[in-house]
Amino acid sequence: MFELLNYEFMRNAFLGALIGGASCGLVGVFVILMRIPFIGVALAHSAFAGAVLGILVGVNPLALALIFSLISAILIGPIADRAEFDPNISIGIIFAIVLGIAFLCMGLIKGPKTEALKFIWGNILTISRKDIWLMLILLIIIILFLFSLFKEIKSVLFSRDISAAVGLPEKKIYYSMLILTGLVISLNLNTIGGLLIFSLIINPAASAYQLTYNLKKMFILSAVFGILSSLSGLIFSYFFNAPSGAVIIIISSIIFAFTFIFSPKRKVRKI
Amino acid sequence: MSEIIKLDNVSVSYKEDIVLKNISLIVNEGEFLTILGPNGAGKTTLLTTINGLGRILNGKVRIFGNILIKKNAASLRKEIGYVPQIINIDPRFPISVKEVVEMGRLSKIRPFKKLNEDDEEIVYQAMKLTGILNLSQRPIGHLSGGEQQKVAIARAIAQEPKIMLLDEPTSNLDLSAQKGILDLIEKIYLEKKITTLMVTHILNHIPRCTGRIVLMKEGRIVKQGKKEEVLKEEILSTLYNCSIKKIDYDEEIPYFI
Repeated sequence: MFELLNYEFMRNAFLGALIGGASCGLVGVFVILMRIPFIGVALAHSAFAGAVLGILVGVNPLALALIFSLISAILIGPIADRAEFDPNISIGIIFAIVLGIAFLCMGLIKGPKTEALKFIWGNILTISRKDIWLMLILLIIIILFLFSLFKEIKSVLFSRDISAAVGLPEKKIYYSMLILTGLVISLNLNTIGGLLIFSLIINPAASAYQLTYNLKKMFILSAVFGILSSLSGLIFSYFFNAPSGAVIIIISSIIFAFTFIFSPKRKVRKI
Repeated sequence: MSEIIKLDNVSVSYKEDIVLKNISLIVNEGEFLTILGPNGAGKTTLLTTINGLGRILNGKVRIFGNILIKKNAASLRKEIGYVPQIINIDPRFPISVKEVVEMGRLSKIRPFKKLNEDDEEIVYQAMKLTGILNLSQRPIGHLSGGEQQKVAIARAIAQEPKIMLLDEPTSNLDLSAQKGILDLIEKIYLEKKITTLMVTHILNHIPRCTGRIVLMKEGRIVKQGKKEEVLKEEILSTLYNCSIKKIDYDEEIPYFI
């Protein structure tokens, strides 16, 4: 198996899977506890819209993908807060807008659209060292954010109202979590693609949620499940010659199924 | 006694409605004030306004002598313990009772700093006072409504506030839990003498330690005064738009049906 690592592209793929799995696992905890699961779909499509626009106008697609999903992530919180409605509704609005832009640009691209579709399916085997560096820097930022503001993050995830009532800058913390989620999604478009990244954000965190009542442990478990899914998915996809993104998601779903069945939270204590 | 809260001709909106209309109110340090009125009277908005989270249209709110503005709201709020109405908590949420009480300390600890021994002691004492030490490690979502309310009160006490705001603390609780919470509120007030404003729509949930009662209806203060001045059948019947009878079975507080 180790002969896989003789290839530069495989080494990059493993590093990408490791870093991407950990990042998705960590921000997945934000997403699950903030109860905004569709942020994954919306931001992935924002990034896709940006990438397609980039292809259309001849600008670096990844850079525009990043900008689009970042702008979307920045807007979700304030739209929900200003209009005083559930963030899921503002996620829906953003989703509709970016989907419109993506379809429009797709329609305007002349000739084959394979380059655009690459962002939907993703291919971990094509990621570069530069991508890995960017992903690593983002992972370090997420870890620093968690380490330095853990008690504040815990409070905001529990209740924004209570956090505001004790005088915390809850909006800044809430918006930061949304923005980090947006960045993780756009930087991981290359690895498992816009359509499937949703699952790598939800599944590991949802699995961890089944197992613990401790937030710190939930972050650790979720990151471990994310890494486990992406690394083993990559290995299986190599041996079975299957698309890596799909295998990663199937494995993360199997992990979820196991944690769901064996969750201590679902067991009834003996009398 | 000094004025700790002063509202001067204050109007406040919630969404498109004006829910507080030209309210003027002075609360002195160490006072226990019960704000009574039917649903929709603007009682909760009055508390959120004092807590710096209301949308003030006109008038001035002074807290500890400072005029409340957007800029100083967060820092003034650190000195105010707020117990909101019971909220729905996911039973699987990964947070323990102790961690929720510790949130009260976040008002005093700067970001990047951890709770020190003094903070831990304050959290311990708050949990002891509210009788929830035995629940310390339980997930918050597993607790009953009454227990969750005690945790919310403990969190507010851990904040070491100068003002306590209690929003319908006995609503949606069973009889025994209602009594438990009322007794606890009285015990805390008598022990700590924190200026307290308690909102309730339930006539029989006025704590004995109440010094003054404010009656609210349709966004206005309709009357305020001592218990014996305010708790009269005709005044309360008009306030609630229904016939209310008073039964004097307690020396300190009457019972209403």
